Amino acid sequence: MSFIPVILWSDALVFLLVVGCVAGVWYVRQREHLLLPWRRVARSGVAMVSLLVLSLFFFVGLLDTLHYRAALPQQNNGGTVYAPEVLSVFDNLVAPLRLHNEKTYSAPFALTLYAKESTTDARGNVLREYPRLQYGGAHLSDASQRGGDVAQRARLGAFAGLLVGIGLVWLAARGVPGRAAAQGGPSLRGIGYAATAATLILATFIGALANLATVYHVLGTDKVGQDVLYLSLKSIRTGLIIGTVTTLVTLPLALFLGVAAGYFRGWMDDVIQYVYTVLSSIPSVLLIAAAVLMMQVTIDTHPQWFDTAASRADLRLVFLCLILGMTSWTGLCRLLRGETLKLREMEYIQAAQAFGVSSVRILARHIVPNVMHIVLISLVMDFSALVLAEAVLSYVGVGVDPSMISFGTMINAARLEMGREPMVWWALASAFCFMLVLVLAANLFADAVRDAFDPRLNRTEAGV
Amino acid sequence: MIAYLIRRILYAVPILIGVNLLTFALFFVVNTPDDMARMQLGIKRVTPQAIDAWKRQHGYDKPLLLNTAAGGAGQFTDTIFWQKSASMFAFDFGYSDDGRSIGREIATRMGPSLVIALPTFLIGLFVYVSFALLMTLFRGTALDMAGVALCVLLMSVSGLFYIIGGQFLVGKLWHLVPISGYSGGADSFKFVVLPIVIGVVGGIGSSSRWYRTIFLEEIGKDYVRTARAKGLSELRVLFTHVLKNAMIPILTGVVVVIPLLFMGSLLTESFFGIPGLGSYTIDAINSQDFSIVRAMVFLGSVLYIAGLILTDISYTVVDPRVRLS
Repeated sequence: MSFIPVILWSDALVFLLVVGCVAGVWYVRQREHLLLPWRRVARSGVAMVSLLVLSLFFFVGLLDTLHYRAALPQQNNGGTVYAPEVLSVFDNLVAPLRLHNEKTYSAPFALTLYAKESTTDARGNVLREYPRLQYGGAHLSDASQRGGDVAQRARLGAFAGLLVGIGLVWLAARGVPGRAAAQGGPSLRGIGYAATAATLILATFIGALANLATVYHVLGTDKVGQDVLYLSLKSIRTGLIIGTVTTLVTLPLALFLGVAAGYFRGWMDDVIQYVYTVLSSIPSVLLIAAAVLMMQVTIDTHPQWFDTAASRADLRLVFLCLILGMTSWTGLCRLLRGETLKLREMEYIQAAQAFGVSSVRILARHIVPNVMHIVLISLVMDFSALVLAEAVLSYVGVGVDPSMISFGTMINAARLEMGREPMVWWALASAFCFMLVLVLAANLFADAVRDAFDPRLNRTEAGV
Repeated sequence: MIAYLIRRILYAVPILIGVNLLTFALFFVVNTPDDMARMQLGIKRVTPQAIDAWKRQHGYDKPLLLNTAAGGAGQFTDTIFWQKSASMFAFDFGYSDDGRSIGREIATRMGPSLVIALPTFLIGLFVYVSFALLMTLFRGTALDMAGVALCVLLMSVSGLFYIIGGQFLVGKLWHLVPISGYSGGADSFKFVVLPIVIGVVGGIGSSSRWYRTIFLEEIGKDYVRTARAKGLSELRVLFTHVLKNAMIPILTGVVVVIPLLFMGSLLTESFFGIPGLGSYTIDAINSQDFSIVRAMVFLGSVLYIAGLILTDISYTVVDPRVRLS
């Protein structure tokens, strides 16, 4: 084999999450009453467009999660030797972006480096000039050709992207209306317009970007000459993992404790309430900082636990998710406890108790399914806040490993260059733009999900 | 009222004990003082003597919970737990790694933190509530939709962007105010105005949307219909009736943060170089000064619990139906 797959801890959690999502979709599709609120989500054009954008981000993140180590050409007495560097399928797809490293900063679409350097010409004279980039626009002989070349490449890429987009829409249109008609649901044509337009625009944009990115540094390069577009795309995975795995790892805890406290009451309620009151009374940034500092000490004093730098950075990411989860499960737990307190007085629960149904069964069959909408809403609502929190925590110094590419580390590195003249703005701007698009899409989608699932909100809307 | 307050304060004691035990476990059990010493002195080539010396210097050379060598009460008091953790109940925070008294540092740094945090809080509250009332007044129209869309957009922007963007635009491009710095005197206005404005702008999105939801919930109630039936103008209904009745849900979220204003904001203070408690905490995190972080965790939870008690008291002020007993 020319490679061996590597499964880091965070990869395993992501795979678990994907399996859970697929199982959830399969489960919901069997049941009409569970499908109903999702239909309501699907009817909203804004929700579908943001879902499209989100799935694009998730697609990049997933590709970036399939890790492997490539085989090296030399053989070690019969056995294959694998490179120490852990790559992902995504790294392989965008290899030109990853490998075309310049010497230092260069502006977007630049042909030359950002700073002047001394060079010696053939006659031994020392010149101060902007050296040409090694890869960015290397096919052009001088700067005057750049405008025409960029426009031409953008047009070509956009056209190819548009064709792909039309193909995708055609495929989707063949699949969707038939099913909707079979189920007698509302015509999906209405949502089609917003989603179709978004697909075409995105496809065109990505086509142009991809075609330009092969020969230019579309978003410039950073201090050590890495392509900023590549860094931004790599940051997506980190952000998504913080946003999803955090809730995933503490969800069982919050669900179990919240429902148990509300249903059993008595001493169990007291103990659980005490635990979450203590945890929530510490300001979360300080608790996270304290826990991360301690984790740092543990990681630094036990270097023998990690075989590669990637696995150390990865374990730190997983621990960060755990710590973030530990500080944020209390809110969900309190909500679930309150809802369970309300539910346990309902007639159907009392009927089940009168029939002698066991507590475990009542919880599993009657309580948990009826609080799932709260879990879902808090899951999607927390996502965007966590993505934003990652950047702040990395700035404070208690975020992801400094060697891990994330929005926070990008901003942190670029922030120090604001004072330069002319200013190095591109890395900062790219990180903020990518974050804005991701968080905005997540917020809009979360709103649509909340509107569709929250029974209380529907009533007030009717009242207005 | 007094009896209720005493009960609330007594109820806070077990929670603070929980916080204290949690920080103790986090800082002394997860990693032993030996680990910390090794970390501070550098991981490699550190001798046991150096570790012992570091521990003695910082007072970590005692048993964790029970000192069997000492006699009498000393069995419990001559331990790390008693001297480093339990002592925080007396607001005795000990000394930082550079040998200064943490308690005195906190006292002097509270002022600058408040100078930034209090105006941000007050102006912010006024702006958010006004904006939310405006959206409620125009509910269901394009203006309201635009307002909500703006809120969603604003809350999707990273807090770091507001600070960095604000510093760049106002400080560097327009040269209106210094980019960062602080002076205690009367001319400190030019230093604090930008952090305050940025703090207010940064919170508009989420807060205004939250208040709007509260107002919309109130406006669907019967007393509003009655007020309209009496012939009151929409403005009067909104400002006197709805605003007053929405006070309880608003206070729940607002009063609890008032004591925490003393702690300042980590981001704002470190970006603008304000010598407050926020930048103190950031510096401690960066230099891995665990005693300061421990003290701030404890102080933070004390202030938070004080905020909860204040919230209860504020209910009685705005709503005469609420009786504390």
